[in-house]
Amino acid sequence: MNAWIEKQKYLIDFTLSSLARRKAKNLGLLLVYTLIVFLLASVMLFTHALRQAATQVLAGAPEIVLQRMVAGRHDLIPPGYLERIGRIRGVQEKEGRLWGYYYDPVVKANYTFMVPNHQEIAAGTLFVGAGMARARGLAVGNLISFRSYSGQLFSFTIAGILPSDSELVSADLVLLSEADFRAFFEIAAGHFTDIALSVANPLEVRNIASKLAQQFPDARPILRAEILRTYESVFNWREGIVLALASLAILAFAILAWEKASGLSADEKREIGILKAIGWETGDVLKMKFWEGALISQAAFLIGYLAAYLHVFRFSSSLFAPVLKGWAVLYPRFELSPVIDGFQVATLFFFTVFPYAAATLVPIWRAAITDPDAVMRG
Amino acid sequence: MPVARRSHRALIALACAVSLVAASFADAAWLRQQRAAAGVRMGELVVQLQLTDLCLFTEARYTRHLSQADLHSAFQDHPLGLEHFPTGSLVPPPASLTAANERLDRETEVPD
Repeated sequence: MNAWIEKQKYLIDFTLSSLARRKAKNLGLLLVYTLIVFLLASVMLFTHALRQAATQVLAGAPEIVLQRMVAGRHDLIPPGYLERIGRIRGVQEKEGRLWGYYYDPVVKANYTFMVPNHQEIAAGTLFVGAGMARARGLAVGNLISFRSYSGQLFSFTIAGILPSDSELVSADLVLLSEADFRAFFEIAAGHFTDIALSVANPLEVRNIASKLAQQFPDARPILRAEILRTYESVFNWREGIVLALASLAILAFAILAWEKASGLSADEKREIGILKAIGWETGDVLKMKFWEGALISQAAFLIGYLAAYLHVFRFSSSLFAPVLKGWAVLYPRFELSPVIDGFQVATLFFFTVFPYAAATLVPIWRAAITDPDAVMRG
Repeated sequence: MPVARRSHRALIALACAVSLVAASFADAAWLRQQRAAAGVRMGELVVQLQLTDLCLFTEARYTRHLSQADLHSAFQDHPLGLEHFPTGSLVPPPASLTAANERLDRETEVPD
């Protein structure tokens, strides 16, 4: 056993010396390889953690949201709907939600104005999300004015700022009283943006949604399951511009690896010829090259994965922020809870480490089984 | 004093990297614990305010509330209102929308 270990160590010594002779080329390869793993692992860790966060956080979203559609567009719920819904068996609670969008020309950002159904807010005051407070430089007690869509100016006092660690759901929220909301958007009493429903028996949700669709042909029920599914698919593994770019990078790397693997350089061929001429067996040459591939690919995987972990969970995925941000002015500051899927990491390991190791072995084996004289002569 | 062999240095470096990756899992468990309270707070806020969406993309109303958006949001403003926000490239149309529609443009008998 000791002799075997010692032999492997000598092979590694020799491999490393051989790699050191082509330092620039091999370091370049290691760098590109590490970058590819970093990019793939970052996307994988980020999307998985975000999907998990969405599932966890939105598990408490309304069971059914009922929108009214007019000419294919979302419209206000008129008076009378809430009462009619109450007559459907199985509906436990029904509440009209009041919310809407406001474009703030000062910072060119969109806010979500909302009336909380379970929280009393004094007239003339606002609770704002931490992202919005940051964008406008607001603190508790400050005054802020908004020009409504009718042209009238409304002034509010900031009564509170929502917790900054909840920015992922609240960065752009502006919470205000029902009276202020109706006055600001000129929405008459009895009208609502949509209706949130809760259902007594969770197994009945689909039945109730179909009853709603039958009784209110102009309405569109959105189930919590659909909300969760939306977020499940938004950051799906196969989707998104980042992965599209990453696939190009992978393709480029595949060409590089294939080039290196399939066409041995004259130097490498001569090296194999000399090794065979001085008495190395084919198996030894293969083992030596196996160590070369294994060392490079494992180093690239380990460094790339570690860098991705730090990027996503310790540096708040700062490289992805510009991609996600798009043209938005308000972007939440959030720290994802590191949920790591071991199976995904294993898959990444398999698809990044093994193909490279295998691709380097095949041409070496071809060169190693030919006559040393022929190999040296090229 | 014997000079450290290259193989020893390489194997030690590799072992260190493996330990660091293992440590990242321990760090993840620790961070999960640290950030659990924020997750709970967000969950409470979602229940309390009856929220339906994450506040990830605030640039347009149909990206701010992805689950509440109109079904054909790319063309909702006017017929030439093609998708122009960068976020749109991150959000695919729902599968049901693309699956239900036949590709009639390839079967038309009238040349364009």
